[in-house]
Amino acid sequence: MSRLPNRRALLLGASANAAAAMLGGCDRLGNAEWFQRTLKTGEDANLFVQRLLLGKATLAPEYAEADISPWFKPNGTEDPPDKAYKALAKGKFAKYHLVVGGLVEAPLKLSLAELRQLPARTQITRHDCVEGWSAIGKWTGVPVAELLDLAKLKPQARYVVFHCADTMDQGSSLEGGEDDGEADEVPAGNANPSMTKQSGGDESKKDSGGQQAADDDAASGGTPVRFYESIDLVDAFHPQTILAYEMNGEALPVSNGAPLRLRVERNLGYKQAKYVMRIEVVESFANIGEGKGGYWEDQGYAWYAGI
Amino acid sequence: MFRHPLVIRVTHWVNAVCLLVLLMSGLQIFNAHPALYWGKVSTFDAPLLAMSSTEDDPPKGVTTVLGRTFDTNGVLGSSTGADGEAADRGFPAWATLPSDQDLTGGRSWHFFFAWTFVLNGLAYLLYGLVSGQLRFRVIPSRDQIRHFGASIWKHLTLRFPQGDEAKRYNVIQKLTYLVVLFVLLPVQVLAGLAMSPAMDAAFPFLLTLFDGRQSARTVHFVVAALLVLFVVVHVVLILLSGFRNKMRGMLTGWFVIERKVEPAVSAGGEPRS
Repeated sequence: MSRLPNRRALLLGASANAAAAMLGGCDRLGNAEWFQRTLKTGEDANLFVQRLLLGKATLAPEYAEADISPWFKPNGTEDPPDKAYKALAKGKFAKYHLVVGGLVEAPLKLSLAELRQLPARTQITRHDCVEGWSAIGKWTGVPVAELLDLAKLKPQARYVVFHCADTMDQGSSLEGGEDDGEADEVPAGNANPSMTKQSGGDESKKDSGGQQAADDDAASGGTPVRFYESIDLVDAFHPQTILAYEMNGEALPVSNGAPLRLRVERNLGYKQAKYVMRIEVVESFANIGEGKGGYWEDQGYAWYAGI
Repeated sequence: MFRHPLVIRVTHWVNAVCLLVLLMSGLQIFNAHPALYWGKVSTFDAPLLAMSSTEDDPPKGVTTVLGRTFDTNGVLGSSTGADGEAADRGFPAWATLPSDQDLTGGRSWHFFFAWTFVLNGLAYLLYGLVSGQLRFRVIPSRDQIRHFGASIWKHLTLRFPQGDEAKRYNVIQKLTYLVVLFVLLPVQVLAGLAMSPAMDAAFPFLLTLFDGRQSARTVHFVVAALLVLFVVVHVVLILLSGFRNKMRGMLTGWFVIERKVEPAVSAGGEPRS
């Protein structure tokens, strides 16, 4: 009987050691390329099964006016540091044009006023950040299907790429003047799409501080990496996929993506590209950015963001 | 006595690995926004639970639950990582997978093992139904229900069954497995699915079921905690009731049944195997 506690102590000690070894082992395993590919099959299965379950026009849930969040948490870039964008914003986007090109028969160049004259859709939907939080907002904009029909897709068209105004990285110079702590701890490849860590009112200040620093760096060279995203034609022609110019009944604020942001409901927040400048229809996105189909995808996030 | 058929043993261990990976990668995902809410959206000013760090220098990790704040420095809110530096994070590096802050890595692990968990669970259920094992294992027999009170007393005093009684699960074991198998695990899967915007489009009843996406996230967290409790009690009971015999049972299928001895003699004694 007295043997027992010793044996237990031994077992406990051994399992603690085993746990520590296992943790290190899992991290090593998680960094191995073959294992990463294996894990990604889970995400491929998500896309495959969800596309089976969802009809082409199955709508994301829509909400009532009363459900609209009092504060729609701005995310990622909240004030693009780019000089060209700042100039447009200063002129209230009167000189803004959306360019539609790539694999289309009739390329388009539309001002905000022209976009507003196209058929519009208004929807109250829930925005789900990949981090886990949600907010509900009311969006009004032109259906992407409307624009693609006007521009007439060529037969090879497979994906619609949204090129945005906001610079995310300054090429070689990394995280120059950031001192808010978060960026320092997190390796660039592991940052979260929202670059915010906690709820509260003070974070917009922090973020714009970081972006101000990015603007200063822009002068020092390096090719700026701007935000971009891509969706396939299933999502592009979905009735709720719109380029919104209004949020909660007013002109879209800069912090939420003025003058035009993508709403591709049934997808997580990082797909909802802000500051959209140009739409490019392509057969493959392998030659854009680092070839994964979007800024966050290039950092390792799944291209399919339905879950 | 031969107790655990091959399919049960394999699915048991696959399940054990899945639950551990799902827990740790789940904590990694939680760390990306370490706060919980109730309802459709996040009420950022009034979370049910939030882990954060204070403005002090150096910052202190604190956890707020239903408006009350607790000092959880070193474990929740702020803790030391592998590099020895204190960092703002919900759960500590040793509890998450990957150990560093890595939301997308956590998501990859979580989804792959979620699929493995669901397929493994379906294989277990299918086999259990067809072979009759499930009924034998988890449905209490009439005499067990009649002696419910006595069984609870035996359980609380840690008197483990011997003889014929050890050949089947007792009524508390059966009810626990019933709740885990048919309540906790299905709720956990459904709450996980309710967090997917695409699943909410395909099956809006998921949102009705959980009263919104943020509640589903909270339920997912609470059920994970209940599953951890179940596993802890399960492992402690295995250790107390004869670790080697139980382990042999779940590895080889063979299990030693003690001869029944008088209760007065057996009280507190170690089962000899």
